[in-house]
Amino acid sequence: MDKQEYAEYVKKITPKSKIGWSLVRAFVVGGLICILGEGLGALYKLWLPAYDETQVGSLVSCTLIFLAAVLTGIGVYDKIGYFAGGGSIVPITGFSNSITSAAMEFRKEGIIFGTCANMFKIAGPVIVIGVAVAMLCGLGYYLVGLFI
Amino acid sequence: MSTLIFKNRPRIIGWYSVAGKKESEGPLGTTFSRVVKDEYFGEKTHEGAERKLFETAIQGAIQVAKVQPDIVFAGDLLNQIVSSSFAMRDIGLPYAGVYGACSTMALSLLVAATFVDAGVVQTTVAAAGSHFATAERQYRTPLEFGNQRPPCSQWTVTGAGATVLSADSKKSRLAITAGTIGRVVDYGVKDVNNMGAAMAPAAADTLARHFKNTNTKPADYDAIFSGDLGQIGEEALRDLLKDKGYELGENYHDCGKLIYSVDQKVDMGGSGCGCSAVTLNGYIMDKFQSGEYHKVIFMATGALLSPTTCFQGESIPGIANAVVIEEVTE
Amino acid sequence: MTFLWAFLIGGLICMLGQLLILKTNWTSARILVSFVVLGAILQVCTVFEPLKKFAGAGVTTPITGFGAGLVKGTFENIDKYGFLGIFTGGLTAMAAGIGVAIVSGLIIGLIFKSRSK
Repeated sequence: MDKQEYAEYVKKITPKSKIGWSLVRAFVVGGLICILGEGLGALYKLWLPAYDETQVGSLVSCTLIFLAAVLTGIGVYDKIGYFAGGGSIVPITGFSNSITSAAMEFRKEGIIFGTCANMFKIAGPVIVIGVAVAMLCGLGYYLVGLFI
Repeated sequence: MSTLIFKNRPRIIGWYSVAGKKESEGPLGTTFSRVVKDEYFGEKTHEGAERKLFETAIQGAIQVAKVQPDIVFAGDLLNQIVSSSFAMRDIGLPYAGVYGACSTMALSLLVAATFVDAGVVQTTVAAAGSHFATAERQYRTPLEFGNQRPPCSQWTVTGAGATVLSADSKKSRLAITAGTIGRVVDYGVKDVNNMGAAMAPAAADTLARHFKNTNTKPADYDAIFSGDLGQIGEEALRDLLKDKGYELGENYHDCGKLIYSVDQKVDMGGSGCGCSAVTLNGYIMDKFQSGEYHKVIFMATGALLSPTTCFQGESIPGIANAVVIEEVTE
Repeated sequence: MTFLWAFLIGGLICMLGQLLILKTNWTSARILVSFVVLGAILQVCTVFEPLKKFAGAGVTTPITGFGAGLVKGTFENIDKYGFLGIFTGGLTAMAAGIGVAIVSGLIIGLIFKSRSK
């Protein structure tokens, strides 16, 4: 067997993920997290009538982020993640989990060089790419605005 | 010739294995010398726990053998093999660190046997071990990160094993009679989750060379063990060896597949230095004691990668080292 | 009614994420990044706002909402402050989320120890 044949052979004998059920689980868990967000939004609107929609949205995100951080701390979020996969990675709670789990993992190297330096090991790219893309779009928007 | 024949037959005079909770719940649970249920082993960090596993295994084996060893050969998976080195800081015996990734148990045995066989020292210790949490952090994601493991992944064994070898032939009838040092073989597998597939070609290469050099065939052994190929690697090894003209029969087992049961959610099986180390110094030695085995090939397999090489897009080189353990009459 | 749509649309986005994980072998960081970019693109194409009206938290809870929020904030600040808005808008809009994520991560990281599964 040469390298190419071996690559094909490995592909053949490697078990595939069971797609059907894992998609359903991701769908249900992801959907439920969104319902939680929707519910929180409705509650905040009721309690804080002075807040506009954007502010309520921010509050909801903050609550979900905090909840996910706590669930990560007590060791529940990784179990949800094992069950749901993308269902709990894609929501904003997954972003929070990636930060908190890294913060906990590297705590033993100290607060500065451990926790603080490694917090964004997984989530860092999200902020970097997100901000860069937003600025790029903003630049385009600004330039278009100049000429129209 | 890359197969070493040990004319003086270094004897195995003591062994000790210490394993974690998950391993103790598996099929080999009763074969370990000691089980430690606390993943931190009373230490502050998982790295500290791994260190203590090493210390426990090495001290345990020395106590069983009732000797003062001349040199300890040991290694682990962590960067700069800190677990074995730091454990040896407290033990205080002369020490030479060896690194063969997950093949370290067989590699350290080979080196330890060579020293004894050459007659330069009387007694040596070979040891290897790993910890799930430290390997997970070094090679994968933080423990509490909520992702799914791909179905081809393997579970790093928490545990350490140590074997004591002696030149004194009166002390034991178990001996190391031969061994084959592995070549680094790379078939271009890049998937870091599929270690079994990456290591199988190296395993096939080592076994085929061993059979050829010693003029033996798989059926000449009571059992042939591979270290941590897992389900995919095991299948690949059988097929690759068939291509080379050797057919592995019922007597072939993989430590990674033996150590956990299917319902323990470990996907393809166990992995890590500790996987082969605790299986050898528990299950396999038990079988020798009960008289079921007389001649066995113990081949530990390793994937020689680092997180840096993965991120830089390199493929995963594999290695496999084989040791023949035999009950000798005289 | 928004609850139902939040569930369905949110679930679908997450399911798409899971499909990507299974089919592409991508790491989680890559999945998160692609959904942020997806959200930004939807916002630029002015598809995101109608979707939000319709499915509410179903589109804002997934990380796509983060990408969209960054772009939305940038555009708003450009309207308000001109050129400087390109640089200030995104992070201003997302300041609360990032702030809470950092602080809660820090606090939880200090209190709890990680454990094997």
